[in-house]
Amino acid sequence: MKALRVVFAASTALCAATAAQATDLEVTHWWTSGGEAAAVAEFAKAFDATGNKWVDGAIAGSGGTARPIMISRITGGDPMAATQFNHGRQAEELVEAGLMRDLTDIAEEGNWKEIVFPSSLLDSCTLDGRIYCVPVNIHSPQWLWLNNSAFEDNGLAVPTNWEEFVAAAPKLQEAGIVPLAMGQQPWQTTLAFQTLLTALAGPETYTKVFGDKDAELAAGPELTKVFQAAATARDLAKDSNVQAWNDATNLVITGKAGGQIMGDWAQGEFQVADQVAGKDYTCLPGLGVNEVIQTGGDAFYFPKVGDEAITKAQGELAKVMISPETQVAFNLKKGSLPVRGDVDLSAANDCMRKGLDILAKGNIIPGTDQLMSADSNQQVNDLFVEFFNNPEMSAEDAQAQFASIISSAD
Amino acid sequence: MAAATGPARWHRNLSAKIAAIPMIMTALVVFIGGTAWTVLYSFTSSKLLPKEKFVGFAQYERLWSSSKWLISIENLAIYGAFSLIFSLLIGFVLAALLDQKIRFEDTFRTLLLYPFALSFIVTGLAWQWILNPDFGIQQVVRNLGWENFSFDPLYNPDIVIYGILIAGLWQGTGLIMCLMLAGLRGIDEDIWKAAKIDGIPMWKTYIFIIIPMMRGIFITAIVLIASGIIKVYDLVVAQTGGGPGIASEVPAKYVYDAMFLSQNLGQGFAASTMMLLTVIVIVVPWAYLEFGGKRRG
Amino acid sequence: MGNVTRASADVQVSPVSQEMTGPRGPKPRTVLSRRNIMIYGTLIMVSLYYMLPLYVMIVTSLKGMPEIRLGNIFSPPVEITFQPWVKAWAEACTGLNCDGLSRGFFNSVRILIPSVLLSIAIASVNGYALANWRFKGSETFFTILIVGAFIPYQVMIYPIVIMLREVGLYGSLTGLVIVHTIFGMPILTLLFRNYFASVPQELFKAARVDGAGFWGIYFRIMVPMSLPIFVVAMILQVTGIWNDFLFGVIYTKPDLYPMTVQLNNIVNSTQGVKEYNVNMAATILTGLVPLTIYFISGKLFVRGIAAGAVKG
Repeated sequence: MKALRVVFAASTALCAATAAQATDLEVTHWWTSGGEAAAVAEFAKAFDATGNKWVDGAIAGSGGTARPIMISRITGGDPMAATQFNHGRQAEELVEAGLMRDLTDIAEEGNWKEIVFPSSLLDSCTLDGRIYCVPVNIHSPQWLWLNNSAFEDNGLAVPTNWEEFVAAAPKLQEAGIVPLAMGQQPWQTTLAFQTLLTALAGPETYTKVFGDKDAELAAGPELTKVFQAAATARDLAKDSNVQAWNDATNLVITGKAGGQIMGDWAQGEFQVADQVAGKDYTCLPGLGVNEVIQTGGDAFYFPKVGDEAITKAQGELAKVMISPETQVAFNLKKGSLPVRGDVDLSAANDCMRKGLDILAKGNIIPGTDQLMSADSNQQVNDLFVEFFNNPEMSAEDAQAQFASIISSAD
Repeated sequence: MAAATGPARWHRNLSAKIAAIPMIMTALVVFIGGTAWTVLYSFTSSKLLPKEKFVGFAQYERLWSSSKWLISIENLAIYGAFSLIFSLLIGFVLAALLDQKIRFEDTFRTLLLYPFALSFIVTGLAWQWILNPDFGIQQVVRNLGWENFSFDPLYNPDIVIYGILIAGLWQGTGLIMCLMLAGLRGIDEDIWKAAKIDGIPMWKTYIFIIIPMMRGIFITAIVLIASGIIKVYDLVVAQTGGGPGIASEVPAKYVYDAMFLSQNLGQGFAASTMMLLTVIVIVVPWAYLEFGGKRRG
Repeated sequence: MGNVTRASADVQVSPVSQEMTGPRGPKPRTVLSRRNIMIYGTLIMVSLYYMLPLYVMIVTSLKGMPEIRLGNIFSPPVEITFQPWVKAWAEACTGLNCDGLSRGFFNSVRILIPSVLLSIAIASVNGYALANWRFKGSETFFTILIVGAFIPYQVMIYPIVIMLREVGLYGSLTGLVIVHTIFGMPILTLLFRNYFASVPQELFKAARVDGAGFWGIYFRIMVPMSLPIFVVAMILQVTGIWNDFLFGVIYTKPDLYPMTVQLNNIVNSTQGVKEYNVNMAATILTGLVPLTIYFISGKLFVRGIAAGAVKG
């Protein structure tokens, strides 16, 4: 037995010339569904190949559940070795408090500034010129998902943009189909509004409103148009009695609803139901009007730890996560887009390809997580969940409240 | 009692004092200490991490100008009043029924208590389905022929809080029933015999004799229910997520959302300070009367 | 007791109602008496209502996902499958660890037993001291404790992280057991205090005369007389601690995570396909432990213990 162990140890040492010895690294994340876990497994596999060991600490539920745990562990002086956050401003304070490890030297060594595309991803990891996180993927929320047969069976062409969709709605309603499926959770309603805003008022307006906090623009006629469209969307979704986003997606899949505004993660649901992109369902990035992609996504941070072996292994993990092979393997499983433009994604499906094209064209906007504090984002969420659920709230009222939130946002 | 009236020598009651050390520590360090800490930081602009950047009453001003907070309080009042009344009523009646020397008492007790064993998350999910107008009760009744039957509490902002109440009562009354049952079992059999000899009807015996004797149990039950009401959070998250819109928001959810979704600790602490203040205003005078004065006979 | 004599005047005594006044009397001979119909009828109706969600959950857990997508939640499964149960217990993935709920089961037991025992032991002694051995200030501490019962847990997360860090227990099982004991203390102490206070004073006095001390009276008189309330306390704690997710996950490390972490991960996945059948199976499985304890400990609700002690 002992002899066997020696052999094992020797062979591991041979395999991992870079790592002096195997280090257990606890990694916390909230990727727990089937596809997500398969994607994480790619990270773990690649990391284990360096001779270290990935210890998985998965906790489902991003905001309300996982975050307090991560923050408690870090402030409790007993941190995990690496942890997921949405990049943007969520972890800003932890970085400021000096609890997160500075990755700048690793980033320079790996030439991240050149390879990360779009470069704005790296900007959200940067504070005062230092880099504190590894971006791993891009998820874009601005998509309209349509059930083809819901339109075709009722003698309608499958819409190619929002206006056609709205025009087709009455016929769907006559056929007993809910035109627009929409879940009731706050983030979903905000997502719908933001998508309408980028699609109908354009990415520049989006950046000015959320980035520059231009309250005048938020109160102006350009946004009035968007709010009216939102009121229309509210009307189209009034018979959609579901809570969770995937229940709403399911309404589309089963043909009970015509379409849904949702992020690219909705695709997983279609795939599981054996639907084929382009044949059974259609995806319209940016509602088919303004084809842009919001560069939200996930990133990994590395809390400071005293242990030297762990610190070393953290560096290994950071390098592994951004390497081209891992990026391809991970993102194909995750259904998200890679953070570097120099990788080959020939296995991508129809909708993912659309996303890649837009990315290649550089039609990108930053996510609101990157532009505003969590507090301001939450206020926006509260407003839109109320607006989309209360038919008595007029578009003008909502716009006035929105402008006031923007004027005090940080 | 014995010691309270006796000479106050320190070693008198020494065992009791030693035995109470964990309680004293918990009261002083955790509850007083933790509360003081919370109140202190409610006057700061702490976001993700507690920071000593004092901003006066700014967090409180924002709190009271938030429509979400005002709706939360209103919901809590409605939910609280009904939950308290019905939990006590249903709990007591069920306990009294179980106390009739019935057959299958174990089975009935377990059946009424089992919801308490299930997690709120899935309790909420199951009730969310049952109350869903498209495939729950409403649809079933409509399929039976009543086309106009309408029962969609979770999708109607005016009555959504009652939809949550239904699930809350379902989950919690079993425990109250057990508590009441324990109380009933602690009542001396001679009392019943005496009442029977006097020919008092059962309901009168319960109301005028048994319930006053179960005062302690009722107080425990009330505190149990009330503290649960204040803390109601998971059920709302699982059933409605606070919706439709913000129609079913509750204060504990406001606190949690502020602390961890908005990453605005100061705001969360301000909201919890208000909750705590309300509790103190109500509980402390009552507790003083109840526990502080001379012990009742 | 003034009511007793006054009320006796206006009672119509029928054979049936006489039976009704004596819940402790002999078992009624006729099975279908009015009383029985009322009692059993009510209990069965209420039980049916209580079982409705369980029915939905069980039925759902036995269906395949395509059948669930069709949408009738009340219809029994066309094709019964136990796959969701197998998956929930042994296959569902929590991140990379695909061994379902079974992974955290032993951890949950390791957390449950010391936490329940310690919290009930401390709280019952607290309640006993408060009811029978009051000392100066004892009621003040108790009042603070009661107010503490109303503090939302979430607010205490950070202060307790700091406290545990300072005493060096952060991340350990001991730390978690202490946290459970602390948060169980207010209600449990109240529970025991009020119950012990209702124990006849004569008993206590008689024991004092016999020379019994603090612990003697506690173990030989109070505990044996109070089995039903210990059962209630156990129900309360077993459920609370077994179903706890927040404390387990915040105050320990992954190698100690309780089963609810897996439950949460199965049920609460925000992205990806929701497998409702597995969710329901996982919940029922998680609930089995408290349920078993309810059923077994329920036998301790024996009637007449208190009465027996008074007479004896």
